[in-house]
Amino acid sequence: MTEYQNLFTMVQPTGPASAGIALPKGDSERIGTPWFWHLAGRLGNAQIGPIYLGGLGLASLVFGTLAFNIIGFNMLAMVDWNPLQLVRQLFWLALEPPPPSFGLSIPPLNQGGWWLITGFLLTISILLWWTRIYRRARQLGLGTHVAWAFAAAIWLFLVCGFFRPVLMGSWSEAVPFGIFPHLDWVSALSLRYGNLFYNPFHALSIVFLYGSVLLFAMHGATILAVSRYGGEREIEQIVDRGTASERAALFWRWTMGFNATMESVHRWAWWFAVLCPLVGGIGILLTGTVVDNWYLWSVKHHVVPSYPAVFPVVVDPALLGVKP
Amino acid sequence: MNAWARTSRLLLLALSAAVLYGCGERPPIVSVQHGYRGTGMEQNYNPRILASQAALHRAPAAAEPASADGPRAKEVYQNVKVLGDLSVGEFTRHMVSITQWVSPKEGCAYCHNVANFADDSLYTKVVARRMIQMTQHVNVDWKPHVGETGVTCYTCHRGNPVPKEIWVAPTASRHSGGSLGDDAGQNRASNSVGYSSLPYDPFTPYLKQDKPIRVNGNDALVKTGAAANRQSTKQAEFTYGLMVHMSESLGVNCTYCHNTRAFQSWDQAPPQRVTAYHGIRLARDLNNAYMEPLTSTFPPNRLGKTGDVAKVNCATCHQGANKPLYGAKMAKDYPELTKVSVVSTSP
Repeated sequence: MTEYQNLFTMVQPTGPASAGIALPKGDSERIGTPWFWHLAGRLGNAQIGPIYLGGLGLASLVFGTLAFNIIGFNMLAMVDWNPLQLVRQLFWLALEPPPPSFGLSIPPLNQGGWWLITGFLLTISILLWWTRIYRRARQLGLGTHVAWAFAAAIWLFLVCGFFRPVLMGSWSEAVPFGIFPHLDWVSALSLRYGNLFYNPFHALSIVFLYGSVLLFAMHGATILAVSRYGGEREIEQIVDRGTASERAALFWRWTMGFNATMESVHRWAWWFAVLCPLVGGIGILLTGTVVDNWYLWSVKHHVVPSYPAVFPVVVDPALLGVKP
Repeated sequence: MNAWARTSRLLLLALSAAVLYGCGERPPIVSVQHGYRGTGMEQNYNPRILASQAALHRAPAAAEPASADGPRAKEVYQNVKVLGDLSVGEFTRHMVSITQWVSPKEGCAYCHNVANFADDSLYTKVVARRMIQMTQHVNVDWKPHVGETGVTCYTCHRGNPVPKEIWVAPTASRHSGGSLGDDAGQNRASNSVGYSSLPYDPFTPYLKQDKPIRVNGNDALVKTGAAANRQSTKQAEFTYGLMVHMSESLGVNCTYCHNTRAFQSWDQAPPQRVTAYHGIRLARDLNNAYMEPLTSTFPPNRLGKTGDVAKVNCATCHQGANKPLYGAKMAKDYPELTKVSVVSTSP
C-alpha cells in the first residue's frame, strides 16, 4: 500500500499550480509560469515558480554578481587564466585583504584594493537582499522573523569583515574571500589570540549551534512520530490541540519531565539559531580589541583546570640567553 | 522500490564510497598518549604508512674500523684541507663511506677528477669539503639539537647526491606587479605547508632571516603603546605555516611539542619543544653560514629559479621521522665528524 510520507515522498499529491496571492499596487509582476518537477517534489513542494525579483532583488543580484566576478577574475589571474587550474585549485584560491602595513588606508588594487571593493559590493548586496526579505514578508502579511534571523548572520559577517578590522585599525585582520583560506584564517585568529576555545562567547555560540542541531532533531523526530495523527499540521495544532499534540507533549513529559508546546518549540529553535551568530560575533569583536589572549584571560578568571605535571621542567630557551 | 530508485540509491552509495576513499588516509590510526590522560596530548600514527617508510629510516651498517696508525692523510695525499689528521686507513674508510652515503651510483667520479684526485676543478668536491665542515660544526656546536646522536652525511643524503628534501625561494606571484591576481604569498596547494592554504614560503622569513616567530603575548588584555602585542593574524598564518612544515617533516602532531590549549606556554610544553627551538636556529645557521656562501660555487642548474642556493629545513634531516633514522647513532662510528678539523688553508 502506498502511503504519504514527508521526506522522499513515494506518492506526490499535486494540484493545480498556485499563482499566489495578488500583489499590492506598484509591485512588479512575479516572473515565470509555474511548473512541476518530480524530483523537487520528493524533497519539498513539486511546484517551481513563479518568482518575485523586484527592484531590491535585482539590485542585490547586480552588486552580488559584481563581487562574485571580482573574486573570480582575481582567482583566474592567480592561475594564469587557466580555467582547468581554476577548477583544480578553487578550494585554495582567495582574494586576500591588504597586508598589515596599509592599516585602514586605501591600498593599491592588487594589494587588497580589490578585496576592499568586493567587501563593499558584497555588503550592499547582502543588505539589499535583507531589505527584500523584510519587504516580501510584510507584503505577504507575515511577521519578520526570517529577516531578523538573517540579520543575525549579517552581524557576524560584518563583525569579521568590517567592525573588528575597523576597531583594530587594520583591514588585514579581516577574512579573505576563499574556501580553505577563510578556514585557515579562523585557525590563525584562534592561534594569535590565545585559543578561541577559552572565549566564553565562543563557548556560548557553540552551545547554541549544537543546541540548534539537538532541537532540530528533537522537533523533527517528534513531528514525524505524530504525523500519523495529523501532527505535521502544526499551525492547526497550535490553535486546536489534537491527539498528536497531546501525545507529543506527554512523550517529552514522560521522558524528561518537561515539554515544549507546538508554538514554543519554534521560538526555542529560532532563538537558538539567532543567538549562535549573535554571541559568536560578540566574541570575535572582543578578540584583539579588548582581549589579547583568551587562554590567559581564562587563567586570570580561574576557569582553566590544572593537570599534574608529566613532563620534566621546560624553560623557554630565549629566557636563558641560549645562543643564538 | 522501482528500478529508478534502486539505481539512484546504488549510484549514491558508490559516490559516497568514492568520496570517502578520496578523502585521504585509510585506517587504522593508532593514537599514542603523550601527556596527562584526557588532555588530548596524543600522537597519531598509521602503522601501514610507518611500515612503508621503514626502509628510508634504516641507518646503513658502519664500515669496518680502520687502523689509526701510520702516516697522516695530509702527509700522503695532496690538497687535503679537512680530515688531513686521519690516518691513511681512516681517511680511505671515510671516503668509501661518503661515496656510499652520497653518490653510490656515481662513485668517486661524482666529486673527483679520477685522473687527479687532488684536483678541485669539480664543484662537487668543493661543496663536499664544506659539507664535511658543516657536519662537524653541527655535531660540535649544536648539541642542544642533535645531542650525542649527531649527524653524518647520510642523515640528509640517504644515498642521493642532492638531498631529497631541500628548499629554494619560490618565484614571486606571477601577477604580483600587475593589477589583478596577486596571491599575497599564500593560497597555493603547496606541499611546503602540507597542502594547506597557508603562506607557502615560511622558510625565507624564519630559516634564512630571523623574523619573530612568536605571535602570542603574555597579557590577557590588550595593552597600548610600547606594551602592545602588534603581531597580526597574517603573521600568525606565517608562523602556522612554519609549524605545519615542522609537523609534516617530523611526522608528528602539534602536541609533540606543544600543549595545544596554550601554544605559547613553555611550562606546560613537552621537552621536545626545546629541541625543536634549537632546530629552527640550527637550520638558520646552516643556511646563512654554509649554504648561502656556496651560491657561486654551484652551477646555475643546481640553483633555484630566483638564483638562490638550495637550503635546509627540518625535512632535510628528518624526512618524516621525529628523530632522523629513528635516532640511530651513526656519528659515533665516524669520530672524525664529531670534532672540528683544523683547516690548513681556507677552502
